[in-house]
Amino acid sequence: MDNEWPLWEVFIRSKQGLDHKHAGSLHAADAQMAIENARDVYTRRMEGVSIWVVESKNIHASNPDEAASFYEPANDKPYRHPTFYDLPDEVRHM
Amino acid sequence: MQNEEQIFLEKIDQEIKIEPRDWMPDAYRKTLIRQMSQHAHSEIVGMLPEGAWITRAPTLKRKAILIAKVQDEAGHGLYLYAGTETLNIGREEMIDQLLTGKAKYSSIFNYPTLTWADIGAIGWLVDGAAIMNQVPLCRCSFGPYSRAMIRICKEESFHQRQGFDILLTLSRGSNAQREMAQDAINRWWWPSVMMFGPNDDNSPHSAQSMAWKIKRFSNDELRQKFIDMCADQAKVLELTLPDKKLQWNEKRKHYDFGEINWHEFWNVVNGHGPCNKERMAARISAHENGAWVREAADAHAKKRRAREQQVA
Ligand SMILES: [Fe+2]
Ligand SMILES: [Fe+2]
Repeated sequence: MDNEWPLWEVFIRSKQGLDHKHAGSLHAADAQMAIENARDVYTRRMEGVSIWVVESKNIHASNPDEAASFYEPANDKPYRHPTFYDLPDEVRHM
Repeated sequence: MQNEEQIFLEKIDQEIKIEPRDWMPDAYRKTLIRQMSQHAHSEIVGMLPEGAWITRAPTLKRKAILIAKVQDEAGHGLYLYAGTETLNIGREEMIDQLLTGKAKYSSIFNYPTLTWADIGAIGWLVDGAAIMNQVPLCRCSFGPYSRAMIRICKEESFHQRQGFDILLTLSRGSNAQREMAQDAINRWWWPSVMMFGPNDDNSPHSAQSMAWKIKRFSNDELRQKFIDMCADQAKVLELTLPDKKLQWNEKRKHYDFGEINWHEFWNVVNGHGPCNKERMAARISAHENGAWVREAADAHAKKRRAREQQVA
């Protein structure tokens, strides 16, 4: 068992008009095989109309250990949310 | 270190999922690698007893259904292997552990499928027991395991139903067909009851797994649920479960049941079931005889890559 096929991340669009969503991962020799395997593994019940595959080594991720400080800047800006504003009751359609 | 462990435990406490790159205790990682890889192996080895009947299914419809079911099990194995790999163990290492006997798979698959009715009994009882185990795993604290289980559970319910459907058809058929169905249930019932593992007081790792929210119910709780469910469904089949002590207990609101043969259970776990050797031999031969396919695909991919580079 010498050379393991590379790992691929699979993203599936479940319906026209929706985003591709991460479905899982699999091993394949190349991109075409990864797409074919993804069809067999992740869309046996018509769960998809489009598949993306990305070799896992090409995915760069944020560091979970720094999550607190990394997302902190959004924490003190409640005024970005509509619920921050008190409107008089008589205001309609806003 | 102390701090990381605390953050981990707080997440568990608040039902926040643990993801692969989050800090986790070594023992949590090891427990999951063992449990998830054994689960994956079970899905893969589990294709063998049923696969044996694909060429002998009684009708084209049953054959198509059985192929779809067995293909699902291959998919389940892949979801779970992929999930386990996020814990930093390679696919090859896991396969190696299976083929060298270092890793176990569910003992239920070490029993033979003697007649067509066995395919019905497996769907109804074995997939039924698997579902009972798997539904709470959808809420497992480890994200990739939980997501794999959600996908799997969606697919499993058809497995149980097609098995029940086979048995119902046989039960309503000729005398010989009825007897065949009853015989299959007689052979598969107790091994299915054993699928939930040892009694709670003999299950040393359970308490820790429950604390980590990998497990949500104890072996005995799940076993009781399974028995209650099957006892009622057997009545619809007009077939019996081979347990003279099976009886509704009004006080407990559960069925009482007979003594489990733990000697048989441990015997099969330790490699002395009717088909342990056959199953391993089949897996090893599939792996060895598939080596050229893996190599050819690799060579083909390399060639194509070289050709693309030339064009560019
Ligand atoms: Fe399965
Ligand atoms: Fe199944």
